[in-house]
Amino acid sequence: MDLLTHPVGPAHYLVVGAVLFTCGVVTMTVKRNAIGVLMGIELVLNGANLNFVAFGSPGLAAGGPGSLGLDGQWIAMFVIVLAAAEAAVALAIALCFYRNFATVDVDRGEELHG
Amino acid sequence: MPPILWHSVFFFLLAALACAFAVAVVLAGNVVRMAFYLIMSLAAVAGLFFLAGAQFLGAMQLMVYVGGTLVLLAFGVMLTARGPLSSMRTGGGQWVLAALLGGALLAVLLQTVVQVGVRDGDSPAVAPPAEPQSPTSSTAQLGLGLLGVRSAPQVQVAAAPAPPPGYLLVFEIISVHLLVVLVGAAYLARAKRPRREEI
Repeated sequence: MDLLTHPVGPAHYLVVGAVLFTCGVVTMTVKRNAIGVLMGIELVLNGANLNFVAFGSPGLAAGGPGSLGLDGQWIAMFVIVLAAAEAAVALAIALCFYRNFATVDVDRGEELHG
Repeated sequence: MPPILWHSVFFFLLAALACAFAVAVVLAGNVVRMAFYLIMSLAAVAGLFFLAGAQFLGAMQLMVYVGGTLVLLAFGVMLTARGPLSSMRTGGGQWVLAALLGGALLAVLLQTVVQVGVRDGDSPAVAPPAEPQSPTSSTAQLGLGLLGVRSAPQVQVAAAPAPPPGYLLVFEIISVHLLVVLVGAAYLARAKRPRREEI
């Protein structure tokens, strides 16, 4: 019960961000479905976003020398918008892939082998 | 015994939810279930944003990510999943390799996190998390800061004499980028009809 009586700091958020990042990387490497790889990318971006928010949070690292201030929230906003754009393009590519190969298995897309 | 901080309680609840559903995304075999677990994980991350004082960002995460991007992903799943193809299995050797790689990466990241926490002196320097802050102040500061008006001068940056510029140009670039990318995605994913023979 010692954890619940202490205030959380940026380090706690960083641990959660690290877990999300690692899960995203493992998802990207393990899944053979192209849509699954996309979901891994979303997890990675969210882990990075969580770090930005934790470093810029007014309640967590207020006034500290390493605090990002509101910049962290802006960067996280831009990351969210870029992730939406990336998801749209990647889904369009996946649909084209599906139309050409009749599958979304990334191991089957080996036309570009040297 | 010091009183229980409900901020910490909710933080650990949401953090456990986010991490558990992220692990479930890795372990799930079905793509539809992966999408559902991803929605839950991202919603928990939005709750963490709310807890960290970034209310506008949490709302944006819920609306854009959970409401937009993941619906897009679900459409992608439904358009491309056909029966047995919706669950493509990965071999056992690849799982072992991925677990080794992921464990090593997580160990490195956690070691870095611990070093950061020690250097910043995490517990005593942390401000009390329940500061009286009106819910609109963060949003107003965000909007003003996009124009270059910094209304939160509590962050003292000694090495920078001039205040950093706003993010208006970046904002414009990103909005135009989003428009171009969406047009390009619609062009890429259009239904190709056989070209009509010209006489």
